[in-house]
Amino acid sequence: MLGQRSVALSKVRWGVPWLPSAARQVVRFSKRKPLGALGGAVLIAMLLIALLAPVISPHDPYKIYADDVNHAPSQTFPLGTDNLGQDVLSRLFHGARISLRVGVLSVLIGITSGFVLGVVTAYAGGVVDLIFQRVVDAMIAFPSIILAIAIMAVLSASVTNVIIALVFVLIPPTIRAIRSQVLSIKEMDYVLAARAVGCSPLRIMVQHIVPNCLATYIILATITLGFAIIVEASLSFLGIGVPAGTPTWGGMLTQATQQHIKTAPWLTIAPAVAISIVVFSVNWLGDALRDVLDPRLRGTN
Amino acid sequence: MRTYVIKRLFLFPPTVALVTLIVFLIMWIVPGDAAIVILSGEGEAGVKQEDLDRLRHDLGLDRPVYVQYGDWVGNLLRGDLGDSTYYRIPVMGQLKSRFLVTMELSVMAILMSFVLALPIGVLSAVKQDTPFDYVARLFTITGIALPSFLVAILARAVLTYGFDWLPPMGYASLFDEPLINLQQLIFPALALAFGELAFTARITRSSMLEILREDYMRTARAKGLSERVVIGRHALKNALLPPLTIAGWQFGRLLGGVVVVETIFVVPGIGTFLIDAITHRDYPIIQAIMVMVGVLILSLNMMIDLLYGWLNPRIRYA
Repeated sequence: MLGQRSVALSKVRWGVPWLPSAARQVVRFSKRKPLGALGGAVLIAMLLIALLAPVISPHDPYKIYADDVNHAPSQTFPLGTDNLGQDVLSRLFHGARISLRVGVLSVLIGITSGFVLGVVTAYAGGVVDLIFQRVVDAMIAFPSIILAIAIMAVLSASVTNVIIALVFVLIPPTIRAIRSQVLSIKEMDYVLAARAVGCSPLRIMVQHIVPNCLATYIILATITLGFAIIVEASLSFLGIGVPAGTPTWGGMLTQATQQHIKTAPWLTIAPAVAISIVVFSVNWLGDALRDVLDPRLRGTN
Repeated sequence: MRTYVIKRLFLFPPTVALVTLIVFLIMWIVPGDAAIVILSGEGEAGVKQEDLDRLRHDLGLDRPVYVQYGDWVGNLLRGDLGDSTYYRIPVMGQLKSRFLVTMELSVMAILMSFVLALPIGVLSAVKQDTPFDYVARLFTITGIALPSFLVAILARAVLTYGFDWLPPMGYASLFDEPLINLQQLIFPALALAFGELAFTARITRSSMLEILREDYMRTARAKGLSERVVIGRHALKNALLPPLTIAGWQFGRLLGGVVVVETIFVVPGIGTFLIDAITHRDYPIIQAIMVMVGVLILSLNMMIDLLYGWLNPRIRYA
């Protein structure tokens, strides 16, 4: 069984040239999971918008057009202007930058740290595992948003601090998810065999356990990206995330919904639609990836 | 069963202790301490060192950290949550009334979500792959994806734009003016319920689908029992276990959503209290809310675990 496995792996890694194989996999994935592929495409579009925001924005997102306050959508202002006279479309484009920066960085740091901690503590077992499990228990007793709010209450409002808060929120559930998987992999024959031939714990973790958890890592990262974007939007909406004035989707909603919904509904619609589209895309992509990468979960839900 | 219960109960106190420790540590890493926050809030003129020292001594901030923590936990156990640094009154009094509002809101939301979700989930499973099932599934996918934050904003927007509805000023308690109170809370509760409803419906559907394929269902039908008895007695009872177990976890999610939804609908619960405390940098209030929420959720999870063990013999005898 050990032999078969390594043959299969070597085929995947070196059997075919890298690029065409990747392209072929994308095509195959799109055929099998059109909705998931659509989600992925939307995320790529969002990434492009975020990267090109300074180029494609019709106006400076901070520039105040004092004569055009709460201007309805028009040719000059495709999505109208807000209560200060700033162009909504440009702010939406620049908001995508912050959403993505916060989402991607917090997920990369948070999920990776949680992954490493989960693998190490689960493999180590014993007292280390017990202590970590209790801390995780205590941390996930707080609803994510409340924990993030409490951390933001201590730090000041800034993009970096939102990422820090999110990383703290994301680590405990990741440890838990990875841990349960490592616990079952740990008992597999190939791990026992590796241990029998005298592999070091580090080698077993890196060579045998981590590759088998990578699917979970990718799925978790995708799904969590949507969650991180929502938390950032909520925090900015509440005025304790990214400083007010900075173009963020959550921040754009604050004034819009509370005071200007009657006179300027476009102020609410634009960021709300943007958040919804991203959240749906991430969900579709996450579900599709889970179906494709983790056969055990196929058909559930 | 007994070892299961004992194990579960045994883990509870240390976890609660850790919750208080985490809350304490988060607030302890504040850059500058509460004394600086209080003094710098009072005037622009430079803060005098002797004032700072006196206030630190009054607040007990000059003592070692572990003494401060022990003192704080001791007071917690006696039901003393400290004084608000901004309002200069005990936190407990305000927190109690705020907490009741949030509890009412959450319970309303959970009840609404279950009352609507169970029939949707069961029907959708029994009528699998019919138009009803498709509509229900579309609805649940939407509900799960949309965060309560967005649902609440959209609900508020539609209500205000379409019906000139504004969140009422002031708050009527359930006991004094029950009708007005319900009017105030019905929309935020619905907004909160929406996501949970979708989730519960989906879980109910999949657990029902699983059970409809069990052998004992065929046996029940073969015995000639009516479809109503087969579904109602044999299937439903077993299908309700999964939605029930997630109820406790849902409550936790709900308490998170509450913060934002309360702000959007201007409900005077712990959510708006928390945001208010943050703008005043009122750490004792933040600490009190965190501990309360954490302990509440831990207790709920424990109760659900015990209930689940009692309902599911496979766990009871393991």
